[in-house]
Amino acid sequence: MQSYNFILAGVGGQGTILTSDILVEVGLKAGYDVKKSEVHGMSQRGGGVESHVRWGQKVYSPVVEQGKVDYLLGFEMLEGARWATYLNSQAKVYINDHKIYPPSVNIGQATYPEEKNIEQLLAGRSAIFEWVGAMAKAKELGNQALAGVVMLGRLARELDVAVEIWLEVITELVPARFTELNKEAFIAGREV
Amino acid sequence: MKKLLTGNEAFAYGAYLAGVKVATAYPGTPSTEVVLNCAKYETIYAEWSPNEKVAFDVAVGAAYAGGRALCAMKHVGLNVAADSLFYASYTGHKAGLVVVNADDPGMHSSQNEQDNRYYAKFAKLPMLEPTDSEEAKIFIPLAFEISEQFDTPVFIRTTTRLSHSRTIVEMDDSQRIVPSTEKVAFERNPAKYHMIPANARRRHTVVEEKIRKLVEYAETFAYNVIEPGDDEIGIVTSGVAYQYTREVFPKATILKLGMVYPLPKQLILDFVKRVKKVVIIEELDPFFEEHFRTLGIEVIGKEVFPIEGEFSPYLIREAAAKAGLTDAPVPIIPVGLELPIRPPMLCPGCAHRGVFYALKRLKAVVHGDIGCYALGGSPPLAAMHTSGCMGASIGVVHGVDKVGVKDRTVAVIGDSTFFHSGIHPLINVLYNKGVSTVIICDNRVTAMTGHQDNPGSGQTLLGEPVEQIDLETLVRGLGARKVAVVNPYELDEMLKTLKEFMESEEPSVLIARYPCVLNIKEKHPVPEIDLEICTNCRTCLEIGCSPLTKTENGVTIDAQLCNGCGLCVKVCPFEAMKKSKERK
Repeated sequence: MQSYNFILAGVGGQGTILTSDILVEVGLKAGYDVKKSEVHGMSQRGGGVESHVRWGQKVYSPVVEQGKVDYLLGFEMLEGARWATYLNSQAKVYINDHKIYPPSVNIGQATYPEEKNIEQLLAGRSAIFEWVGAMAKAKELGNQALAGVVMLGRLARELDVAVEIWLEVITELVPARFTELNKEAFIAGREV
Repeated sequence: MKKLLTGNEAFAYGAYLAGVKVATAYPGTPSTEVVLNCAKYETIYAEWSPNEKVAFDVAVGAAYAGGRALCAMKHVGLNVAADSLFYASYTGHKAGLVVVNADDPGMHSSQNEQDNRYYAKFAKLPMLEPTDSEEAKIFIPLAFEISEQFDTPVFIRTTTRLSHSRTIVEMDDSQRIVPSTEKVAFERNPAKYHMIPANARRRHTVVEEKIRKLVEYAETFAYNVIEPGDDEIGIVTSGVAYQYTREVFPKATILKLGMVYPLPKQLILDFVKRVKKVVIIEELDPFFEEHFRTLGIEVIGKEVFPIEGEFSPYLIREAAAKAGLTDAPVPIIPVGLELPIRPPMLCPGCAHRGVFYALKRLKAVVHGDIGCYALGGSPPLAAMHTSGCMGASIGVVHGVDKVGVKDRTVAVIGDSTFFHSGIHPLINVLYNKGVSTVIICDNRVTAMTGHQDNPGSGQTLLGEPVEQIDLETLVRGLGARKVAVVNPYELDEMLKTLKEFMESEEPSVLIARYPCVLNIKEKHPVPEIDLEICTNCRTCLEIGCSPLTKTENGVTIDAQLCNGCGLCVKVCPFEAMKKSKERK
């Protein structure tokens, strides 16, 4: 059985935790031993949020070891870039084409890194690097909060798990009135 | 059925299975969700107590009267409850009492990283430590059995990583212990429960006997196990550090300790005999290491694996490699790109911002406290100069006053923190003729830990409506005469009142009242900036509100993030921002 190490990184309020909850449940349904870890508490206050998700035959550590990430999902560019040292050389990296300025940039004390430099950093340490227009897709669907599930759809294309399982878990975990929209976002993500 | 639960959810499920009747806590990251989830089971009475000591005493009372009781708190919460811990160790109780206590290695959300295993030794109580959510579930009923067998409170230690990780748990409600339907009653037994010296002396003998018996119990405790492997290296570990250790040393012989106090002497000696080298991998302090050294065993421990910070598989691999215990990990190439940090900050529209902007304008020295408003110390507001622990602000400001510093010094404390431990130091200021100004940031909720209700919210943890504490009447009742309630968005009034209070020769209490906007999900129209008028002075950026971003020729507002509170409109000296119409 193959094992997978994922990191999902974003800013509080971007749906990072819900998305990683879906990812870990899908792993369980697909027959893997799974673990997931994140640190929250301060996240609602605009700080960074990162979730570690692991699938495998037997998973011990709930956090992914540095240098061993197989898939990095960045919901925000800068937050994605922060996990560069965690990538293994064969990693696949998907970054949402979206910026949220941290406070030091807002007040003009720091500069937000340029897109090409973020790409260079992450592409140089992975096998596949891709910008995903998840925010644009989410806006098209009428709700920016869907960007995370669009990203998840993009990731799902790389994984050998039936689409029905993904949709089943989305139905279980997303509040009923948003289920259809989230399924739509997931399918859109698979097709970007 | 298998389900993914966080460590904290699993503790709550374990409490349900154990037939817990009463669960109490004061919220604190990372332990908050234990009792929050207990409240979801109809069979458990759950409450937010105003502080951890009260929560603990309530749990003791429930256990005295024959109901299984659980109390949860973060590591520093146990400092608050410590006084009670020691009497309960002496008295024991009728039904079981379990304390879930969460350490925070790495200080994700805390002011220190104390190792609470020492409390087990200090108060002479057993302590268990699970390694994942499944064990978290199992250890609760097990801890109750130990508690009742040995007539003692039992600790279960967790850490942030265990509490907040989701791992697989076997759900089986048929395992549930149904509490006896026998009428609960408090049985009078002053010799056991009334800790005057004469009784306490006799109880001390009982406590020493209890620990001796628990050492024997630890020898056969099912979760103290030797996992046999390659005996070149024998590793001693517990908790989530066990999981990291297994990643790095998949084949080593491991002594996995599910009970971290008291430790099993014979099992340790057997383990030491079979392995060539003893390595101790424990997060935070050298608790096991000290014990091993006392037994005269040579170990590799804290000279290799750090005392400070949270462990991770990489940290363990790197440290172990340096000591020649394993191969070196793939070297990490440092990132050459500057990545600005993203610290937590006051939310867009947060009413605390008005308080801190006013304090900054008045150049106040601010003694702060624990809660969201501690973020008032972050730049650009940077208007908090000390903070230590829950309730410290008011005592500290009084000390500063009494040493003779009278100028512009205030204490800032939140409503929930005031109920927790701010009332006594305010009594002290008033009783001892202090002249300090105390600001209570009253947002009607315990916000930082995720919006738990408190005695000011008008609702209990179980959702029942109750009378809200009337803060003005309370502080007046304590003897405060200079008291004002100010809406922090009314900047002029805030500045005027604060200035008057700070210059006064009398003690004063300013209640800055506005509900947490995140909690009530408040949203108003976003202000507009007239770039023709904007002089690019950047005054609005000084309030540190994240939707406001500096651009080349002025400032922009991110409409998605902005809640339209209008504070930026008020601080703009050139009226370049148009007020939203809704707010007065």
